[in-house]
Amino acid sequence: MGVGAFFTGKLDEAIGWARKYSIFQYPFVTACCGMEYMATACSHYDVDRFGAGLPRFSPRQADVLFVVGTISHKMAPVLKRIYDQMCEPKWVVAFGVCTCTGGFYDNYATVQGIDTIIPVDVYIPGCPPRPESVIDGLMKLQDKIAAGAQRF
Amino acid sequence: MDGHAIVARLRERWGDRILATHDYRGDHTAVFGREVIVPALTFCRDDAALAFDMLVDLTAVDYSRFPGREDGPRFEVVYHLYSVAHNHRVRLKVPVEQDDSVVPTASGLWPIANWQEREVWDMFGIRFDGHPDLRRLLMYEEFEGHPLRKDYPINRRQPLIGPKV
Amino acid sequence: MAERKTRELFLGEGSSADGTQHLYVNMGPAHPAMHGIIRIFAELDGETVVKTDVEIGYLHRAFEKDCEAGPYNNAIPYTDRLNYVSPLINNFAYSSAIEKLLGIEITDRCKYIRVIMSEISRICDHLTCVGAGSMELGAFTVFLYMIKAREFLWELVEDVTGARLTISYGRVGGVKADLPAGFDLKVKKAFAETRQVLEEAHTLLTGNRIFIDRMVGVGALSREETIAWGITGPLLRAVGVPFDLRKTQPYWAYDRIPFEIALGKNGDNFDRYLVRMAEMEQSMRIAEQALDGLPGGAIQVDWEGKAIDPASYVDLGKQGKTEGLLLLPIKLSPNLLGQDRGAHARVNAQDKRVILPTKAEAYGSIEGLMNHFMLVMEGYGIRPPAGEAYFAAEGANGELGFYVVSDGSDRPYRVRCRPPCLNPVAAIPRMIEGEMVADIIPTFGSVNMIGGELDR
Repeated sequence: MGVGAFFTGKLDEAIGWARKYSIFQYPFVTACCGMEYMATACSHYDVDRFGAGLPRFSPRQADVLFVVGTISHKMAPVLKRIYDQMCEPKWVVAFGVCTCTGGFYDNYATVQGIDTIIPVDVYIPGCPPRPESVIDGLMKLQDKIAAGAQRF
Repeated sequence: MDGHAIVARLRERWGDRILATHDYRGDHTAVFGREVIVPALTFCRDDAALAFDMLVDLTAVDYSRFPGREDGPRFEVVYHLYSVAHNHRVRLKVPVEQDDSVVPTASGLWPIANWQEREVWDMFGIRFDGHPDLRRLLMYEEFEGHPLRKDYPINRRQPLIGPKV
Repeated sequence: MAERKTRELFLGEGSSADGTQHLYVNMGPAHPAMHGIIRIFAELDGETVVKTDVEIGYLHRAFEKDCEAGPYNNAIPYTDRLNYVSPLINNFAYSSAIEKLLGIEITDRCKYIRVIMSEISRICDHLTCVGAGSMELGAFTVFLYMIKAREFLWELVEDVTGARLTISYGRVGGVKADLPAGFDLKVKKAFAETRQVLEEAHTLLTGNRIFIDRMVGVGALSREETIAWGITGPLLRAVGVPFDLRKTQPYWAYDRIPFEIALGKNGDNFDRYLVRMAEMEQSMRIAEQALDGLPGGAIQVDWEGKAIDPASYVDLGKQGKTEGLLLLPIKLSPNLLGQDRGAHARVNAQDKRVILPTKAEAYGSIEGLMNHFMLVMEGYGIRPPAGEAYFAAEGANGELGFYVVSDGSDRPYRVRCRPPCLNPVAAIPRMIEGEMVADIIPTFGSVNMIGGELDR
């Protein structure tokens, strides 16, 4: 402990502040939640004012993976591959109850929650979640991003 | 042509090859044997009075848990036809046994039958004789079993990755 | 595909006489076009597409198997998520299929309400389709404007149903609840805004050189092929075939409301875009006329086809309005002699915490609820006689059909949804044969593939 820790602590905060306000998300849109994702991203509920307005449709360029919509067992390997292709630091948001727990699709085709395959940082339940819930989840994600130790 | 006239025209041509007809809630249905279904569909498409140029739907039903029909043929392949020119519809059905669940393909008549038969194969396990490329449509190739059969439990999952739950 | 050696891949040896080989491009399941997850595996000769294989099923959620699990009304939330951009049409088409199976007729007011809500849903679908399609071509502004218009319409839907997207509004025999007061004024306002957005989109797109160059002559199918592939809806009307289920086989109140069918000529992407824009205007016209002609009366029928008085659903007790309740004149059966209020008061302390209520009170306030209760109690409720029925409604993408088989119990034996977008997606290889890679995008956009409906 000492002066060194103070400076790295402040540096961490600064980097965390920069990271949380420049989220490049990869919207992995599959189903109905995609409609609410579009609504959140567009003019009415604008997600650009949080710095998250530029979706990057390539995992190499993104740092937050928004998994939006039901993931079936056929799609699961693709999701895992996309997650593996992202570089650190990366976060995952489970958008919609199908990604949190499988929703009401308790059947042979649906993954019962993507946290069985990839680690999840923020869960946004709802079927589909209202844009206000999405923004709440995004703000929680920003708190999480800022609070962590920023390795680089 | 109204439904009765359509069924009458089918009877005129196919007579005793039709196993049954019924008219329930306004939908006219004719049941054919599988050896004659493709000529019957060709007739429906090419006959000037019927002119069923659109195959609306091709699906199947598993009757193994239907009260009163558990001992009969297990499946029934259902064809819904529509004529754009005459604006009339008909439904054709083919009963299929469980042990010998093969039906001749209709993909030579309407190109959409290709995908619809693939889906029936995927969901029910009914093979289509002469189909150019019979593989699964909705499920992945590693999946075992045919989900829409009545004996497939709804939450038997076969995950490719992740926990076997 | 056969295994290829490194020399073949990098130096072009083998495969064909002049050393050229085709390139295989995989537009994999997770791709930027915001329509859904589908895999287009294309074989290219330079920029030209030689052959494609389309793979679907990445969003298969076992709709048909899930419907078999519950009573008939339990399938309504599943139908919401079929074509999730126009969920009201799915709800109502499914309910109508069961009503056909039961052989009952819904009330007039319900028919008009279904027409109004279906048309609002159809406009939302077309807005999303045209908006997303033009976004992929680079016109991001049009997407923002159309989503703004969609928000206004979603506010209308929220007023009526309580939710924006997955509304579960239809029921077998009617709709969940009546239209709120002042709805027609809200609709007028929302439609005025939508018309303005459509006009702005027209200005931005319809005469736009780049848009025209990318959409005209691309992705066309001939009339015979379109019908042979079973394609219905805006894509069939773009080829010039006036097939619209609302006109050819009218259902609900469509036979009483005049409107026009938008027709195209060439069947290419540009005609499909124009047909969708024209259909949105026609939908607004239909909804406005339906609101003007809305009849009064009950909106729900029970499983025998008798209209249910809406007032019987209102439970004043639950709403806290209990003052008038104790005065409800209830005629008790002679078996309950001695249980009326007078007799009760003579022998029991008037303490609600201890003494059961009189029969008069118990019956007086839950009578309206018994109707509901019977409908949801297991083994009772909606039990259509054994048989099958097929009902088709004009969905936003074409003929949305439900084929339902009943075995006489309270659960459906088989529910089959005939998805209108399966047919054009199956025909995509045919549409883009010979076109360039860049033409796959507007073609796929104009097909309006909705994953929930395609994969069910």
